[in-house]
Amino acid sequence: MDSNIEQPEKPVISKGIDGFFKDIFNIVLFIGRIFKEAFKRPVEIREVIRQCYQVGYKSLALITMTGFITGLVFTKQSRPSLSEFGATSWLPSLIAIAVIRALAPLVTALICAGKVGSSIGAELASMRVTEQIDAMEVSAINPFKFLVTTRVMATTISIPILVGYTGLVGLLGSFLDIHLNEQTSFTSFFQEAFKNIYFLDFITTGVKAVVFGFTIGVVSCYQGYHATQGTQGVGKAANISVVISMFLIFIEEIFIVQIANSIR
Amino acid sequence: MSEKVIDIHDLYKSFGTNHVLRGIDINVHKGENVVVLGRSGTGKSVLIKIIAGLLKPDSGSVNVLGKEVDTLSTVDLRELRLKVGFCFQNGALYDSMTVGENLAFPLKRNTPGISNEQVRKSVNVTLEAVGLLKTIDQMPAELSGGQRKRIGIARTLILRPDIMLYDEPTAGLDPITCTEINNLINEVQRRFHTSSIIITHDLTCAKDVGDKIVVMKEGKFVKQGTFDEVFSTKDELINEFYDYNFIQ
Repeated sequence: MDSNIEQPEKPVISKGIDGFFKDIFNIVLFIGRIFKEAFKRPVEIREVIRQCYQVGYKSLALITMTGFITGLVFTKQSRPSLSEFGATSWLPSLIAIAVIRALAPLVTALICAGKVGSSIGAELASMRVTEQIDAMEVSAINPFKFLVTTRVMATTISIPILVGYTGLVGLLGSFLDIHLNEQTSFTSFFQEAFKNIYFLDFITTGVKAVVFGFTIGVVSCYQGYHATQGTQGVGKAANISVVISMFLIFIEEIFIVQIANSIR
Repeated sequence: MSEKVIDIHDLYKSFGTNHVLRGIDINVHKGENVVVLGRSGTGKSVLIKIIAGLLKPDSGSVNVLGKEVDTLSTVDLRELRLKVGFCFQNGALYDSMTVGENLAFPLKRNTPGISNEQVRKSVNVTLEAVGLLKTIDQMPAELSGGQRKRIGIARTLILRPDIMLYDEPTAGLDPITCTEINNLINEVQRRFHTSSIIITHDLTCAKDVGDKIVVMKEGKFVKQGTFDEVFSTKDELINEFYDYNFIQ
């Protein structure tokens, strides 16, 4: 019997490079399967809503605090430089450009990569090592559709909403500081703030948010779903989910900004 | 002899250079409890995972309820799985759901259009069958090891399978709970007319529940027959089992 004979190791360039390309191939298959399952009936609406609640609503407090502080601190730190040129009136516009174009999507994505990514990675990994995913499979339930597709959909839907919210809260933090220092009214702050914001900025930020959300979902689900090595694997999956998500978010940021600037 | 519900022929499975199964042949007839006995690492769990379609064999034939498992499409495999229940070693209960939800989940998913009232009734009846109706609102983390295994069995039973696959049903339990689980396995066979494969290294379990005993060593079946037939021969392997169970 063939399987009883020891097979020689397949030739590889190096185990590291071989593994890297294997992972890339597997991730492409993984993403392909997410799209395939997402459009297959029955659509797991209830589970997607439950996951949106977990990803979105449960991140609100942290996002509110971080967004508000980001806007406030960025305003405080920008004021001295602008006041040197007597240009503090440009503050609302400067802050709005920074928050809407870069800070809101980036801060939200990084926080969600830490909070949501680690949580999804650890949850799925724990389900894998305790055979809960196998249990679903043998109960004739499609665990990929129920666990992975729904979570990726939830992060892709929720993170853009959170990005919009972070932008708003960040601007409010900035307004508070400007109002206290320059006595600017709410209306004139927002009129000034949106003077230099264009439709393309909203589109770019929206695209970034969707891409970041999808990335966090895919990376953390992939790591969790393929976890091995018992409880050690759970920690590893959570950790790698965060690290890779954050790394990819920065890479994607560069590409999207580059594309947006070439259009602008 | 009644019809064969599981028919495995010349089954091989390796993980890299580790040859786990080396030419397994086994038949399970309708209503029969077959115990696969062997030390840890002999490939017992791999065998039932192949039967359930969780692992693919390298070669050989795995016929379950007249269907070749490794050639089935995803849809057909899912259909077959409704008739094959798998009880995991540690229960594998969904820890974010209550006991009731654990049972209702596979039922709702596999029975489109079922009413909440029917689900509730079915959950209650099945929990009653394993003697744990009182735990319906508890979370898996609040259950003892024996209770988790019973709930695992109940969750499998709620789909009314024809075949039950038990992976180490008595591992890590005290002798009294072991007896309760053994009685439950026999009760399930009587009440739900299931055929079963029970993977274990526990002699008491094998004796209590097995109509046929198969002893496995290094990926092969080395002895089979009734408990008395297998254990009347006092060779080295059998002695090892007696020693192990005596110490236990």
